[in-house]
Amino acid sequence: MMPRNPPRPKERADSNSEQRFESGNTRRQWIGLFLGGGLLASFASFIYPVLRYLIPPPVADLGGDEIVAAKVKELKPNSAKIFRFGSRPGLLILNSDGSYRALSATCTHLGCTVQYRSDLREIWCACHNGIYDLNGRNVSGPPPRPLTVFDVHLRGDEIVVSRKREA
Amino acid sequence: MFAAVRHWLDERFDWDDLTAPLRHKTVPTHGLSYWYFLGGITLFLFGIQVATGILLLLYYRPGANEAFESVQYIMTRVQFGWLIRSIHSWSANLMIFTAFAHMFSVLFLKAYRKPRELTWVSGMLLLFLVLGFGFSGYLLPWNTLAFFATKVGTEITGQVPVIGKPVMIFLRGGQEVTGATLTRFFGFHVAVLPGLATTLLLLHLLLVQRLGISVPPKLEAQWNANPSAKREMQFFPNFLLREMMAWYVALGVLGVLAAIFPWNLGVKADPFVPAPAGIKPEWYFLFMFQTFKLIPSRVWFIDGEVLGVLAFGLVGLLWLLLPFFESDQPSNTKRWITGLAVFALAYVAGMSVYGHLAK
Repeated sequence: MMPRNPPRPKERADSNSEQRFESGNTRRQWIGLFLGGGLLASFASFIYPVLRYLIPPPVADLGGDEIVAAKVKELKPNSAKIFRFGSRPGLLILNSDGSYRALSATCTHLGCTVQYRSDLREIWCACHNGIYDLNGRNVSGPPPRPLTVFDVHLRGDEIVVSRKREA
Repeated sequence: MFAAVRHWLDERFDWDDLTAPLRHKTVPTHGLSYWYFLGGITLFLFGIQVATGILLLLYYRPGANEAFESVQYIMTRVQFGWLIRSIHSWSANLMIFTAFAHMFSVLFLKAYRKPRELTWVSGMLLLFLVLGFGFSGYLLPWNTLAFFATKVGTEITGQVPVIGKPVMIFLRGGQEVTGATLTRFFGFHVAVLPGLATTLLLLHLLLVQRLGISVPPKLEAQWNANPSAKREMQFFPNFLLREMMAWYVALGVLGVLAAIFPWNLGVKADPFVPAPAGIKPEWYFLFMFQTFKLIPSRVWFIDGEVLGVLAFGLVGLLWLLLPFFESDQPSNTKRWITGLAVFALAYVAGMSVYGHLAK
């Protein structure tokens, strides 16, 4: 419905002046709607780029699915080291029996980096005293889930850690 | 709802009494009223600078090894980063322009007269601060142009007798322009200058609020003789709504400029690369730059550069104190001040154009 012309003064005295006055009122409402809508739309167009700007661009995970975590002979038996796996830390453990084990080093509770306790032969998170066994199972404390376990294999004198293939 | 909140506030803080000055404030209406918009537009652009500056701080990293790369990151990787940075740069330039235009309009309308001397002084100090913002912000992308502009600018500071050298070393954070200079300029640009500017701005606005809006002397004399000829407009909401229309236009202009002419990033600064040919300062320093180029290297027994620095320093000081040379009577204003203002405007405009065209 288009807004109609406003009432002219001499028509005010007409019998249906009430109705004409109302149509003048709708015209005002239409103008208000267009003005307000235009302002709102332009305001949205100013805010939209700002909101998009606030979202940080995704960081490319350059780690891939495989990484050289250490060299053979780098670790003594019953010790461990933290290595970089993509943008997150991993934990490589050399057991006393000479077998390697690699896990995610990010605690499943609140994201602290865990460490290997050679005295307990367990994985321990210092933040809230969470404990995992060497298979990554959460055995005590607050951690809700086990640590992700990675595959380990030797390639020459390099210890290669890779993500487990989805079965 | 609105009325209920207002009533709640009024009951506790005497809200209506607090806002009374705003409701009673009026703006004189006459043929030159449009010039009253310039201060408000400058204020609006300052607000844009604060907002976009905070946004840039989310990604910018000061430091010689990271600054250029972080701005590059903003321009290429962050969504709409190019827009935010371009608006910050364009708004800075427009703000300097409107601040100068505001200064000259106040000068020509003789709004600096008694009792508004301190409004003028605080405004001039704000203008100097705005130039400081421009100078310090220009270095932050750490590109070649910025590097040499800062080198030359701080070198000129070093020409001032006695205090020049220590001030230069203070500004540079050492003998040379290095990453240490960038760290300092970053601190000046985002902490020291904003703090000073906000304080001065509040003082400036408080004075404007307290003293009301000035009327040109001729009109003031007429209105004093015949009070019924006086025309005024309510500041709130009548003038403010008109002012906001000007802001809306300014925002549109900014958006268009930033979208069509995004700001360049240039080449990363390298202290061991010669200055590029045709290097020039930003347009707002061009009139001083061109003057320096024209002064002979030795005038009588004084070094040309030293003479230039001292002359601009003296002119700046006199400009700051200009209202104190003006007569108290609106019917008897000094004509030489208007003449000086015309000369200054012609000099600044002429030298800027000359500097822009000169090889």
